[in-house]
Amino acid sequence: MIEIRWHGRGGHGGFTAARLLGLAASVYGGNYAQAFPSFGPERRGAHVLGFTRIDSQPINDHSQVYNCDYVIVLDETLMETFDVTKGIKEGGLLLINSSKLPQDFNIQKNIKVHTLNAGQIAEEVLGVPIVNTVMLGAIAALTGIVELDAVYQAIDEVMAPEIRDRNKKAVEVAYNSIKGVSL
Amino acid sequence: MEKKHFLSGDEAVAFAVKLCRPHVIAAYPITPQTVIVEKISEFVASGEMDCQYLHVESEHSAMAACMGASLMGSRTFTATSSQGLLYMCEMLHYVSGSRYPIVMVNANRTIAAPWNIFGDHRDSLSQRDSGWIQFYVENAQEALDVTIQAYKIAEDPKVSLPVMINLDGYVLTHTYELVDVPPQELVDQFLPAFQTTNKLDFEKPKSLSFSAPPEWQTEFRFQQFEAMEIAKEVINQVDKEFGRVFGRTYGGLIHEYCCRDADYVLVAMGSVAGTARIVVDQLRAKGKKVGLVKLRSYRPFPKEYFQDLGQRVQAVGVIDRDISFGYEGAVYSDVKAALYRPGAQVKTVNFIAGLSGRDITKENLAQMYEPLEALALGEKVSEIQFTGLRWT
Repeated sequence: MIEIRWHGRGGHGGFTAARLLGLAASVYGGNYAQAFPSFGPERRGAHVLGFTRIDSQPINDHSQVYNCDYVIVLDETLMETFDVTKGIKEGGLLLINSSKLPQDFNIQKNIKVHTLNAGQIAEEVLGVPIVNTVMLGAIAALTGIVELDAVYQAIDEVMAPEIRDRNKKAVEVAYNSIKGVSL
Repeated sequence: MEKKHFLSGDEAVAFAVKLCRPHVIAAYPITPQTVIVEKISEFVASGEMDCQYLHVESEHSAMAACMGASLMGSRTFTATSSQGLLYMCEMLHYVSGSRYPIVMVNANRTIAAPWNIFGDHRDSLSQRDSGWIQFYVENAQEALDVTIQAYKIAEDPKVSLPVMINLDGYVLTHTYELVDVPPQELVDQFLPAFQTTNKLDFEKPKSLSFSAPPEWQTEFRFQQFEAMEIAKEVINQVDKEFGRVFGRTYGGLIHEYCCRDADYVLVAMGSVAGTARIVVDQLRAKGKKVGLVKLRSYRPFPKEYFQDLGQRVQAVGVIDRDISFGYEGAVYSDVKAALYRPGAQVKTVNFIAGLSGRDITKENLAQMYEPLEALALGEKVSEIQFTGLRWT
């Protein structure tokens, strides 16, 4: 089973990305999935977590996610106050939305660190600094956990018609910018 | 053909309700309400569902409105949670005593104080004696399937009791999972239109929800008692029939996992059951003869099953996401009373866990089997254990 944790702020669509990934991997990817937010009151701007579990077998585990294969950070300022590497499995992956280089974060763990200037892609493609679908495209490219087509179908199912194409484009740009980059 | 969706537990229930074609939905739309009735309101607004949707001013009114609609022979639905369930408490008794087959989903959340909006079973277990059938489900698929089953059970003329389906707050209500949504034709075939003689009818006038004097009250209570006993068999039958039509069954009143040759077993209700089965697999791989009983129907309570279980295993642990202050976990009291027949050698322990949303981890569950093993070996352990307590 692959377990993924998304770090964002309320209103940034981190949980929407977690859910889109679960939908793409299950309904359109032939696997089983779970997606859930950090439980509790919803507060815009507050640190919000999203979780996705993906497995080829039905998922019976309804306890919280403690150890992750992949962690995705939508807002790097969260790293000033929270250890986003907490619980990442040995050899796991940390993907950060940042204009900096991975080594700039000086992460002293045996994990892969990758950065992507998702904010810039979002501004260019979406016209707003909402990076959830950009990061979704990036994680699909980095891990191969879900096909690009499945992500497109998930976006078509969940998002409002007027923002679907832009978001699919955001996924595509992120995907192509990563594909070919070796970890 | 069934269509696969990625749905939260709340949404899965809303899809199930739509498929059951209720005539009247009554809901109080403010906290602590669920997404269930929000999603249903979207179905009604878009024309996908044809029913009367009543926005009422409280949960008490929601249940009263459902009762009024049921009294006219309508199939009805409402959902609530936590303090909302407590607020409709008076009406729960009116509905069950008048034998209206209302189906309600309760998102299990704790009750104040201290104030907290997270999940446990203290809300619904406090309504144990309200005369409602109570189911506890494990995942979004079971929530959908049991909602459909619930109407068939409730509306069976031999039963004619209201059903409360309990869905763990957040852990199920807010978690998205792959869910098979059955086609309307199959549900129509399984669940025909609601027919009842317990309704207002100008052609056949009668008094409903009347006063019963001391000379008759006992007989009415006896009929409620009998209906619950009959419901045990109906619940099992409906689950089997559901399996024949939809290809999924849940075991009726209980579901056993690895219990046949088990030395000691845990009893659990709700979403923790799935997590516990993973732990059973891990312990079995180490040669431990452990099992799990998922208690699906809390009322009616499967007394006969536990009487038999008490003869088969050496130790039983019960997970309670609640506590009855002054005694012990409410589920534990019931299980223990059924297990201890004269001559029974079984030993028991109660785990108070998962209160107010505290996670029950796989490590917690594995540790629960340790005192059970000790009991099976004849050692003594403390009977009431608070899982993860900060001090002892």
